[in-house]
Amino acid sequence: MPDGRLHELLDGYRQAARGPRRRALLLALAIAALALLAGHVAEVDLPRLWEHLGGFLGYFDRITALESGGGRVWTDPAEWFWGLKKWGLLLADTLLIAYVGTALGAIGGFVLSFVAAANLVPNPWIRGTARRFLEFCRTVPDIVFALVFVIAFGLGPVPGVLAIAIHTMGALGKLFSEVVENIDRKPVEGAVAAGASWVAVVRFAALPQVLANFVSYALLRFEINVRQASVLGFVGAGGIGQDLIEAIRKFYYNDVSAILLLIIVTVMLIDFGTEKLRHRLIGAMERGA
Amino acid sequence: MSAARPLTLREAARADMAGLAARHPGQFRRVTAARARAIGISAAAVALLAFGLWRLEFSPGRIAGGFGQLVHFIGLMLPPDPGTWSRTVLILRGLAETLAIAFLGTLLSAAIAFPLGFLAARNTSVNRAVQFLSRRVLDSIRGVDALIWALIWVSVVGLGPFAGVLAIMTGDIGTFGKLFSEAIEAADRRAVEGVTSTGGGKLAGIRFGVLPAVLPVMAGHVLYMFESNTRSSSIIGIVGAGGIGLMLSEMIRTLEWGVVAFIVLLILVTVAVIDTISGRLRAALAGVQPR
Repeated sequence: MPDGRLHELLDGYRQAARGPRRRALLLALAIAALALLAGHVAEVDLPRLWEHLGGFLGYFDRITALESGGGRVWTDPAEWFWGLKKWGLLLADTLLIAYVGTALGAIGGFVLSFVAAANLVPNPWIRGTARRFLEFCRTVPDIVFALVFVIAFGLGPVPGVLAIAIHTMGALGKLFSEVVENIDRKPVEGAVAAGASWVAVVRFAALPQVLANFVSYALLRFEINVRQASVLGFVGAGGIGQDLIEAIRKFYYNDVSAILLLIIVTVMLIDFGTEKLRHRLIGAMERGA
Repeated sequence: MSAARPLTLREAARADMAGLAARHPGQFRRVTAARARAIGISAAAVALLAFGLWRLEFSPGRIAGGFGQLVHFIGLMLPPDPGTWSRTVLILRGLAETLAIAFLGTLLSAAIAFPLGFLAARNTSVNRAVQFLSRRVLDSIRGVDALIWALIWVSVVGLGPFAGVLAIMTGDIGTFGKLFSEAIEAADRRAVEGVTSTGGGKLAGIRFGVLPAVLPVMAGHVLYMFESNTRSSSIIGIVGAGGIGLMLSEMIRTLEWGVVAFIVLLILVTVAVIDTISGRLRAALAGVQPR
């Protein structure tokens, strides 16, 4: 390419790039200013971070080094997972907490979703109240509910289940009501035209359309709730979190890594399983449609 | 049939019930295979629920007593009241800390996850092994809740909001890495091919072909995670990692219900405001996208 033409093109490119570039620079400056302010409020100091970065990596070194001395934890799985039986039971309890919480929350969300759906409840006051209630339930973090419930119901898995159930009800109620609002009217009209009662319309025209979606959302929520249930024990609401917080606070390094590994593997397995299930559900839904 | 009046569909169907049943036997079987399976699955689900309720020590007396207590607490929560002026200042300071933690944590996490996203994306990674490995690392980070990270950081750098920033940062690397790599994989290949065809290398292809397409998407993700992190950082104080959560858990433990209600309301309002602002920004970003 001749030099003159090249210069022309380059100048054109610089001209075009100048505006967006200046805006990007301004944005970067604004973000940097905000970050400095936030850093001041959050008591960040970089020397301390530098000093402790080694500490963080050292933490992973310590939790993977056998406490009895000699070698890494994986060279002696029997000692590493000495509490496998206890932790396995606690983990099963954690899954059960997540399951029962999801199930109760899904039932509540199922009922309220029909009240919050615009195409089924024309009264804006009832609908609005139901929606605000659901919004409240899903915006307050479940661990806050757990903190309050622990005081009301006493320590143990009951407050954990209820906290998860309330939060799940808020989240699923919203998703469910959106599904109900988006159903195809044609089957409904068909059922009405054939002389079906209201219950029959819901059962044979509305439910088949929404059920697969409902189950899919509930499974997704179960996945999230397993993670949540693993930390509810921090505030005394049952599950494996109780043992984990004790291990971290009391510096039982090997227990920390063992429990963390168990949680990570369980969460991954659950994610994998529910994803498979959801894909099958969606496949079945598309075949049915 | 020579009926005097036209039959409705329903009446015609009823008149020919036997014929219909003979022609579509599958529809008239009482228990089809699919229905039997559905019943089986529902029965198992209900049985598991019942077992769970029993195993987790749900008893009618305990539930009733607990709800009685809750109603009592809710009565005490009204009206929401921060109490003294100095406590209000403390609460507002906690809120500022929470916002600062969310902002810095999101920013740092996005900065760290940015290169990881390219490593974990199929079309920009170095090779298959690196891509697979980065994916698994990101998945493991995601498997650990922010609250656990907060505990770990507290035991490393001590109590305070600094631990919170680091916890949000580490916890989000997994999520950001996954979202970023998915955005990169979804980017249009033609722009990269265009850059490569004019003699650009792999890095130039990423810089001029992929980056302009994915940056707005990534910015949207960052804003969304900032919303989500405002919620997370309002609770990590429960384990001592700074923010308004510390105050909240203290007030719950000391049964100061009026203050509790005030703090929860404050969090709800803050989250709603942040959601609105960030929602606007994200909508603007989505509109600007095809530049």
